[in-house]
Amino acid sequence: MTVKLEVQNLTKIFGSKPESVIDLVKQGVSKDEILKKTGHTVGIYNASFKVNEGEIFVIMGLSGSGKSTLIRCLNLLNKPTEGKIYIDGENILEYDSTKLRELRQKKIAMVFQHFGLLSHRNVIENVEYGLEVRGVPREERREIAKQALASTGLSGWEEKMPGELSGGMQQRVGLARALANDPDILLMDEPFSALDPLIRREMQFELMELQSRLKKTIIFITHDINEAFKIGDRVAVMKDGKIEQIGTPEEILASPESEYIENFIQDIDRSKVFQAKHVMYKPSALVFSKEGLKAAIKEMKSNGISSVFIVDNQRKLLGLATIDDAVRAVKENKSLNDIIRTDLYYTTDEEAYLQDLIPKATDSKYPIAVVNENNKLMGIISRVAVLSALV
Amino acid sequence: MSNFPEEWRFELGIYVKKIVDWLTTNLGGIFEAVSSVILWFMIYVEDFLLWLPWWLVIAAVFILSWRYISKLAAVLFPLLLFLIGTFGYWDLMMYTLAIILTSVLISILLGIPVGILMAYSRLTESFMRPVLDFMQTMPSMVYLIPAMMLFGMGKVPAVFATTVYAIPPVIRLTNLAIRQVSKEMVEAAASFGSSPWQILSKVQLPQAMPTIMAGINQTTMMALAMVVIASMVGAKGLGMEVLISLNRIDVARGFEAGLGIVILAIIIDRLSQGIARRYKVNEES
Repeated sequence: MTVKLEVQNLTKIFGSKPESVIDLVKQGVSKDEILKKTGHTVGIYNASFKVNEGEIFVIMGLSGSGKSTLIRCLNLLNKPTEGKIYIDGENILEYDSTKLRELRQKKIAMVFQHFGLLSHRNVIENVEYGLEVRGVPREERREIAKQALASTGLSGWEEKMPGELSGGMQQRVGLARALANDPDILLMDEPFSALDPLIRREMQFELMELQSRLKKTIIFITHDINEAFKIGDRVAVMKDGKIEQIGTPEEILASPESEYIENFIQDIDRSKVFQAKHVMYKPSALVFSKEGLKAAIKEMKSNGISSVFIVDNQRKLLGLATIDDAVRAVKENKSLNDIIRTDLYYTTDEEAYLQDLIPKATDSKYPIAVVNENNKLMGIISRVAVLSALV
Repeated sequence: MSNFPEEWRFELGIYVKKIVDWLTTNLGGIFEAVSSVILWFMIYVEDFLLWLPWWLVIAAVFILSWRYISKLAAVLFPLLLFLIGTFGYWDLMMYTLAIILTSVLISILLGIPVGILMAYSRLTESFMRPVLDFMQTMPSMVYLIPAMMLFGMGKVPAVFATTVYAIPPVIRLTNLAIRQVSKEMVEAAASFGSSPWQILSKVQLPQAMPTIMAGINQTTMMALAMVVIASMVGAKGLGMEVLISLNRIDVARGFEAGLGIVILAIIIDRLSQGIARRYKVNEES
């Protein structure tokens, strides 16, 4: 995996003489005390992280934690006081204004919390803005803008004014405007926070779908830990301008590094974070159909279970055999293939969230089979794994 | 003891006069050049306005009022304009209009850039704010003195004094409008790599336009108020008629000229407001 963006020891202090305060910050004087003494606000202190190409990196924190300041440093809307920011190995803090403009025009685009749409331009003119600034000819940029609008599901709304659109649609325009520039890096500053919960879920879903096609490097800001864990490949938790912990959602849930994070993840609904692939176990007890009845019974006996999944040579799932059916089949001289049942259990894919598996787990007394798109058995989830995750 | 001691006299006026004298003797060339440009422009405007057939002007007011104000105004305003004609003041009205148009044009050309500069630079703002306050609180007649000394008598000092008096609203409101443009919009424009000029021309100015239009409307109204006073330096027009009738205590003539000015004011105000409003609606819809 290549590193797309790297931030090293980034510090941002707001005030008339930021450099004069740095030493105080280094001595560990608190944010409030510095504000009282010097009138300077510490936005971020000593933040370092790497973002890989094609991943969604979420920066999460409560309001005032410095997350918006941090993302604004990445395209230099905020000028960092200290530190380095590398994009594709180049320190962008050394750029002059021409190179910086070029970077913003081509490599990095931003989506804003309150959309930041130009209210005097209609939808398509808004989407075109980045290309217009770059000097792309009119017909060409209109064509690109139309495609970008289509990709966010807004075809047919080109001539509307932003004020006529709902919040969700306005943010789609914002997203289309960023995508029209075809940037490598997408900065999203709480893009869904101003939307109502239903629309927010829809937008999160669409973003993830878009991302699976576009494979951009996305840096996403949010104050909502559920959102962070849902869409983030990796999450950085910020507090008082410092990064507290960086890791995948599962890592953070499994081993929170501070009390602060522990308190944070208490509210989180684990069933929305854990997916089938996190709780399934590798199918150790399974029988190939050609092995026959005896093997199936033996497998159940040695594992102490009352049913077993049957697969073919390619490990494609054929169905389930229960102990009752197997014993009866032995007496009646039937083969294993005669007693394979497909109506007793549920199947799911690896990406399914536990949340969605709960009804299946309560409905059936047999384990849930995890299969891939070719019906190959990937794992088995016991009912207890699903239901116990809820507490 | 209760009187202010007479010997404590600071004659500030003398120094101001000295400055003005110095300006006229040393920079006379510049003022003459400015003067001749303004005069050249004004003569064109005057000639054009006088060339227009009276019925065409009335028809234009009818159409504009119909489109931008209301049907009532479309009936009323042409009638009122016709009334001024029947007073025998058509040509004088056009002279007055020429001074207003020229002053407003200069105010816009100077005022909007100054307003933008104020919005961008704290220093300029803290310098310009008291200057604008001073310009607006100074009794308007006082402007005539330096205007006359620098430009002599006639139309040019009238335009100069009118401009100085009328320019503050357009400067103030441009400054305010640019500052009020949503920070996120400007950030968004910057984040796409806009140059400062692109941010100004593609985001800030279009966003600020409705407020700037309101400033231009106010400037126009102030120019109209000043144009009467400016007639004291010999600019021909309705104001001069008022001045003459004042000196002769001619009630009849004074009333007609005064009414003419009021009518002109109402029509210009409503028309420019109507056009500005239409502009704003287009912005938001």
